[in-house]
Amino acid sequence: MSSISLKINGQAVTVDDIPSDMPLLWALRDKLDLVGTKYSCGIGVCGSCTVLVNGVPMRSCVVPAISMAGMEITTIEGLDPTGEHPVQKAWNEEDVPQCGYCQGGQILTASALLQQNPDPSDEDIDSAMAGVLCRCGTYHRIRKAIKLAARYSAESGGGS
Amino acid sequence: MNPLEQRTMIDRRSFLKVSILTTGALVVGCGRFDTEQADETAGDPWIANLYVRIDPDGKITIVSKNPEGGQGVKTAFPMVVAECLNVDWKDVSVEQAPLDDRYGRQVAGGSRGTPDGWDDLRVAGTAASYLLIAAAAEEWGVAPEDCRAGNGTVVHEASGRSARYGSLLQTAAGLPVPDVEDLDLKSRPEDFSLLGTFVPGVDNSRILTGQPLFGCDTRLDGMLYAVFEKCPVFEGKVRDANVEEVGKLPGVTHAFVVNGTDDLQGLRSGVAIVAGTWWEANSARKRLRVNWDTSHSDSSADFERQAEALRGQTGEVLRSDGDVDEALGAASQIVESSYYYPFVGHANMEPQNCTAHYRESGQLELWAPTQNPKSGRQLISKTLGIAEDQIHVNMTRIGGGFGRRLRSEFMAEAAWIAREIRQPVQLQWTREDDMRHDYYRPGAWHDFRAGLDEDGRMIAFDHHFITFGANGETVSGADLSPRHYPAGLVPHFRLRQSLIGTNVPTGPWRSPGHSAYCWSYQSFFDEVALAAGRDPLEFRLDLLSRSYGETQLDRQRASDVLELAAAKAGWGQRQLGADRGLGIAFHFDHGGYVAHVAEVVADGSSIKVEKVFSATDIGPVINLSGAKNQVEGCVVDALSTANLEVTFVNGAAQQSNFNDYELLRIGQAPEIECHFIQSDNPPSGLGEPPIAPATPAITNAIFAATGTRIRELPFSRSGIFI
Repeated sequence: MSSISLKINGQAVTVDDIPSDMPLLWALRDKLDLVGTKYSCGIGVCGSCTVLVNGVPMRSCVVPAISMAGMEITTIEGLDPTGEHPVQKAWNEEDVPQCGYCQGGQILTASALLQQNPDPSDEDIDSAMAGVLCRCGTYHRIRKAIKLAARYSAESGGGS
Repeated sequence: MNPLEQRTMIDRRSFLKVSILTTGALVVGCGRFDTEQADETAGDPWIANLYVRIDPDGKITIVSKNPEGGQGVKTAFPMVVAECLNVDWKDVSVEQAPLDDRYGRQVAGGSRGTPDGWDDLRVAGTAASYLLIAAAAEEWGVAPEDCRAGNGTVVHEASGRSARYGSLLQTAAGLPVPDVEDLDLKSRPEDFSLLGTFVPGVDNSRILTGQPLFGCDTRLDGMLYAVFEKCPVFEGKVRDANVEEVGKLPGVTHAFVVNGTDDLQGLRSGVAIVAGTWWEANSARKRLRVNWDTSHSDSSADFERQAEALRGQTGEVLRSDGDVDEALGAASQIVESSYYYPFVGHANMEPQNCTAHYRESGQLELWAPTQNPKSGRQLISKTLGIAEDQIHVNMTRIGGGFGRRLRSEFMAEAAWIAREIRQPVQLQWTREDDMRHDYYRPGAWHDFRAGLDEDGRMIAFDHHFITFGANGETVSGADLSPRHYPAGLVPHFRLRQSLIGTNVPTGPWRSPGHSAYCWSYQSFFDEVALAAGRDPLEFRLDLLSRSYGETQLDRQRASDVLELAAAKAGWGQRQLGADRGLGIAFHFDHGGYVAHVAEVVADGSSIKVEKVFSATDIGPVINLSGAKNQVEGCVVDALSTANLEVTFVNGAAQQSNFNDYELLRIGQAPEIECHFIQSDNPPSGLGEPPIAPATPAITNAIFAATGTRIRELPFSRSGIFI
């Protein structure tokens, strides 16, 4: 058990009494009550638990929290709490969610894609989004929403 | 609700209740009068199916009574009320109801939400609008017929007067409640302005910003976290376990054996471990040593041997029309084929969980992602001996249902643990728990024989269905109705059934049965059509052109969706490359008619499903977005599931996570083009009908592209890879 400092959604937070092997996912959910990051497989294959670490999508269910000191961690709560991020807006416009459980991971992965590649092709999208499962089958709309988000970003003149 | 005044108007069909609250809000409830309950108890026999509240500031609140798990009911139902109430959708907000008997059926299952709710939703909205128009007319001293309502405002055009709904509430509350029979309910798609449009889900803003919404998002003061270890072998029980040792591990507050009950869908024997965080509870589990008492050894290989042995037998005849043997003897051509599909799991993205708080007063409160909260409450009441009126169930959003959460054992487990430890607790299953303790969709074998006359028409159909069950009763989720298509369309028809006993838990899985056996029928009919030298579409339409006695389906609606899907796909109109194929299939279930045409391209045994053209008739479309979402989701689900199987060895499931049960990923998902035939038939639900015909449309297309007829699923068993 130790105490660690993390930077989450732009804020420095201290997490006490954290087991050394506790993945970031459970530090977020059970220690910090940031429940937007979801547990589904626990072995890093489904992507529901995706967070951005220094802007790169990572599986929080397999990354020890203590290894995250000094990193900039963005969870779905922190992307844009008002829901005005181009990806969030596009996701609503295309009404992507069905059950919605995986969508935090989808949105963060999509936002990282657009940061790297502002105008992705279908192949770019399929490749970047391959790691995030959706049991409801919203893939068709995810492709459309990413293209719409790319347009929103281009129109606003900034990156995503 | 705190009504100052309440009046009712009883009707044989449904009735209305109008109240004015202390806040000045007008509440219109719609429901039924339960005469049975009235005879038995002195309580209020009123069963409200919904409430609509109009606040003085014009805000409209609609209570959504059913569980929401992605099927879109929480958006679609309020849309119907808003349409009939003539208000602007942006003024409407939706509240999730808890489990409350006054709401009647609160279940997400059987695609029944929409057909059950259609009348009440329209009655409530229309009645409220009627009262507000009447209120304005009275205030202005004009005839109600000369006024009209729109966008939350009543207008009297002749005088140019208008009034917002919010200003009319007190007057409306004093007026006689209209007779339900007198209300003019909108029913035709051309009458709608909001219905049939594309409306994003009402929970989107919370989903997209990661706000708490799902069962596992529940957080209570002083809450602990639990895991519950059950025997990997079905029905196994704990003999003993090292719970004292486990109880001393870091973070662990409790570790104890739960004896469980003999109810196979209820609380089973296992070991509960509770800790300050879920990670600590689950980590402690690795040190848990349980001595299990097991007696079952079901295996997939043994099932296959038993099925093979049953093949030559007649089985129980479930239906026999005409004389199948004679007709087959006289047929010009006989086509025979056999199909097999495996057990599959539900694999909801949100593994089963439930949060429970047992209070010293003896009351129990739960937060559950459940498709059937009432059955959960009944199970808990029976298992824990707590009266149902002492159990309060909050319905959270559900991270995927697909029929799995019609079962409630996870609620009973959480309730039991909560009462043992006397602290709020969240039980969270692992993915492995979820995969190994599912209620699987049962596998089956179908042996078909069709007899054709000299014109290539199917005059005889003999079907031997080998599935799971005992003593003439199939296990849950395995039944096949003898009334179903193509019964009544073939003059000589016989359905025979043989059963294999099993201890594998089974249950409803999205469009129970249909999603499985439709594939066999629609694949076989492709074989029959091609053997007769006929076009698969033309063969199906011809089959629908005659009937021999009663059929469950409307043959015209069935033909219409087939023709529409075919037309949109350019069936018979396009030159396709040698590596490309189209496949068509149709099905009718849960009141919905759906046909799909799939287009695939093959690279050897590797298949890409490029596009699916879909035609659906479910009556009027309520939310175009929700409707398309269900069609798109069903197509992806069908393709994903056709690639999967759950197998059993020594009485346990072999698959345990998404690395050995690999759901479809985005790169494998087709483009999907949805078309709807909108009619004024009463609407039916759409969570299930599109899935069944999607699988055979795809496999028929694979045949067209490759010449490989897929007679066994998953695809890999037939040498095909997606």
